[in-house]
Amino acid sequence: MFTPDMLESIKKVEATRDARMGMEPRRMTAEEKDELLKAYHPDYRAEGFKEIKIGPNKGQKAPVELTDLLHSNSRLLGSHIDLNKIDYDVDVLVIGGGGAGSSAAIEAHEAGANVMMVTKLRIGDANTMMAEGGIQAADKANDSPVQHYLDAFGGGHFAARPELLRRLVMEAPDAIQWLNQLGVMFDKDTDGNMVTTHGGGTSRKRMHACKDYSGAEIMRTLRDEVINRGIPVVEFTSAVELLKDEKGQVAGAVLLNMETDDYFIARAKTVIIATGGAGRLHYQNFPTSNHYGATADGLILGYRAGAPLLYQDTIQYHPTGVAYPSQLFGALVTEKVRSLGAMLVNCEGEAFMHPLETRDVSAASIIRECTTRGKGVTTPLGSGVWLDTPMIEMIGGEGTIERRIPAMLRMYLNYGIDMRKQPILVFPTLHYQNGGLEIGGEGFTKAIPNLLVAGEAVGGIHGRNRLMGNSLLDIIVFGRNAGKAAAAKAREVTLGTANLNHIEEYAAMLNDAGVAQAGVSPLLLPNYARHER
Amino acid sequence: MENMVNVYFFGKKYSVPGDLTIMTAMEYAGYTLKRGCGCRHGFCGACATIYRIKGQNELKTCLACQTQVQEGMYVASIPFFPTDKRTYDINEIKADQRVMMELYPELYACIGCNACTKACTQGLNVMQYIAYAQRGELEKCAEESFDCVGCGCCSVRCPAGISHPMVGLLARRLTGKYIAPKSEHLENRVNEINSGAYDELIEAVMQKPITEMQELYNHRDIEK
Ligand SMILES: Cc1cc2nc3c(=O)[nH]c(=O)nc-3n(C[C@H](O)[C@H](O)[C@H](O)COP(=O)(O)OP(=O)(O)OC[C@H]3O[C@@H](n4cnc5c(N)ncnc54)[C@H](O)[C@@H]3O)c2cc1C
Ligand code: SF4
Ligand code: SF4
Ligand code: FES
Repeated sequence: MFTPDMLESIKKVEATRDARMGMEPRRMTAEEKDELLKAYHPDYRAEGFKEIKIGPNKGQKAPVELTDLLHSNSRLLGSHIDLNKIDYDVDVLVIGGGGAGSSAAIEAHEAGANVMMVTKLRIGDANTMMAEGGIQAADKANDSPVQHYLDAFGGGHFAARPELLRRLVMEAPDAIQWLNQLGVMFDKDTDGNMVTTHGGGTSRKRMHACKDYSGAEIMRTLRDEVINRGIPVVEFTSAVELLKDEKGQVAGAVLLNMETDDYFIARAKTVIIATGGAGRLHYQNFPTSNHYGATADGLILGYRAGAPLLYQDTIQYHPTGVAYPSQLFGALVTEKVRSLGAMLVNCEGEAFMHPLETRDVSAASIIRECTTRGKGVTTPLGSGVWLDTPMIEMIGGEGTIERRIPAMLRMYLNYGIDMRKQPILVFPTLHYQNGGLEIGGEGFTKAIPNLLVAGEAVGGIHGRNRLMGNSLLDIIVFGRNAGKAAAAKAREVTLGTANLNHIEEYAAMLNDAGVAQAGVSPLLLPNYARHER
Repeated sequence: MENMVNVYFFGKKYSVPGDLTIMTAMEYAGYTLKRGCGCRHGFCGACATIYRIKGQNELKTCLACQTQVQEGMYVASIPFFPTDKRTYDINEIKADQRVMMELYPELYACIGCNACTKACTQGLNVMQYIAYAQRGELEKCAEESFDCVGCGCCSVRCPAGISHPMVGLLARRLTGKYIAPKSEHLENRVNEINSGAYDELIEAVMQKPITEMQELYNHRDIEK
């Protein structure tokens, strides 16, 4: 239900709709984009960042909330857990039950390793489950991995690590085929051609989808496969610290049962961090599209053990988060809504930008519209611009919304808004962690020889911005690769004696720098409970 | 003051702002959620919830993250329900009626009461997709169940003990793997890549200086 002011503004949107139907708003020049980003993108707001004072990335910046966690001590500091009482002893330990972790577990199992997974909530309670839009792969005749590389490299501001990006685009078609053979139902026409669309920043239509439940369809299939294979999955259990040995290798992890607060020791020859993103840290007070457990834990664990971060200062704000109604605040409105033809329109009914600019540019442009230009629509929690969804039905024919983006339709109908008939209000939401732990082409961290990272916890695959559809792709490509590499590596590793000396050393560094925070990290869950006293 | 409503979490009364969802209202009341909370945006099915409005006899099911609180709501979360997933090797089974009969024989005990459909938090025609599964119409079952988030609310209400979301999942995997037409263009591209057709091209583009990449990127042609 819209407010009367909103309804007034909708009339203006409707008045310009027919005229807008035939036109394509101009794309910005490279210079215009640069200026816009510098002036309006949250990554350029100095007060949102703070210098990291210790460890491998000392002297670099990270979001304030992340730096504070990096400047916190382990919850195990000073505790006397018996590290020799081993509860789980495996070849490969996968931390995190999202898409990256599940792909890794399946491949490690396929390679014959003794693999187990621990995950904070349930397997599949993860950002992967929520991905709506789709997954990229250059598998059409007019496309090629080279074109895919160019799009991703440019979209990421020429900062991606070439050896990582190469793997991403070259193994993309195989990733789609692997998923398809596991039973993922991609949108196809009757001849078997994948139905592919554009995403922001793509030069070819290479976005594969499963309606707007792309991530859910992939995640539930992977989860089913993990269970079918009998891979042990320890749910409601977080990794709270990596174990190391006297050779400087990782030796497993200390686990925390989230429900009973009991600790467990998992010994492992190789460890894969697949803990995903950081949306629930609410950088710069943004709402988030992320799941409940997205608190950058893996970055903290890895960093404390000595693994460097890369591009930890670049965050993706998805241009179209829900601005209204407040019950859905921050939830994602998939980019596919724009791929299917909906334009971004201000309170006056003007299409103020091309709807398919890259995400950082689009987010900055919406922020400009709602701030200095004063052309946003006021909402109870801030402001937003219109996403003119009825255009989708005009372009694609009646029923397109229900067929192609049913989750979106359902989400809004719950609150009495029919996006087929009325436009919706959007504002940027904290969506994706572009940066993370640095890895080499084979998936290993450079500092610790038997520690791997996969998925959103990795930095460098996409550079300083990520295109829609390249993350679902990276979790499959790098997840699978990590599983295979970890299984192979486990055959060569002999573990020494597990210790937690690194958390003592870390505490000493924090002390010397005089920056130790009062709390402990990793955070595990955001503090949402309200207490009156 | 905001518009407050009275709700009962596990029978205990709390006064909460009326514009919250059940999930955020529980947090407002002081709960730190561990179970029953995953994606928070309607995709994972972790937050299955059963409620009754005071004075009404109908029991309703919903997702706590997608449902606004109401005055007099008695709420109980169902963070876990013992649905029964049968395991199988996807490469060994066939897309036919027998597979359903073997893995989920209780399907045939359905009494057609439609309680599952009424309970579905996604508004799916659950009884219909179960009927398709019984008849071995796997593709239809897959389509009809596609938007299922696996919350298990249907199974909670089913007198026949059917694990509906697991049945739908099996039908979808069989459809995706065996029934949907093969993508020739995909197979071709995988073969091309494996045969090394792009190795030199990709090496070449990886070696280019940034300025040249910028040129290429800024002037690349974009498919209409
Ligand atoms: C709403 C939404 C829509 C998206 N849409 C798209 C899209 O259309 N296309 C695309 O390509 N990408 C999309 N993305 C991005 C993409 O889905 C994610 O980046 C990707 O799925 C991350 O996968 P992951 O396996 O690395 O992390 P996740 O899927 O988040 O999995 C990480 C898992 O680790 C667990 N975990 C965290 N900390 C710990 C710990 N300490 N111990 C144990 N377990 C832990 C988490 O609870 C979680 O289960 C979207 C993201 C969101 C949020
Ligand atoms: S069919 Fe799926 S979404 Fe509907 S109630 Fe059952 S489990 Fe939940
Ligand atoms: S609730 Fe169970 S018995 Fe009733 S219609 Fe649904 S599947 Fe059949
Ligand atoms: S928490 Fe995922 S559906 Fe509600």
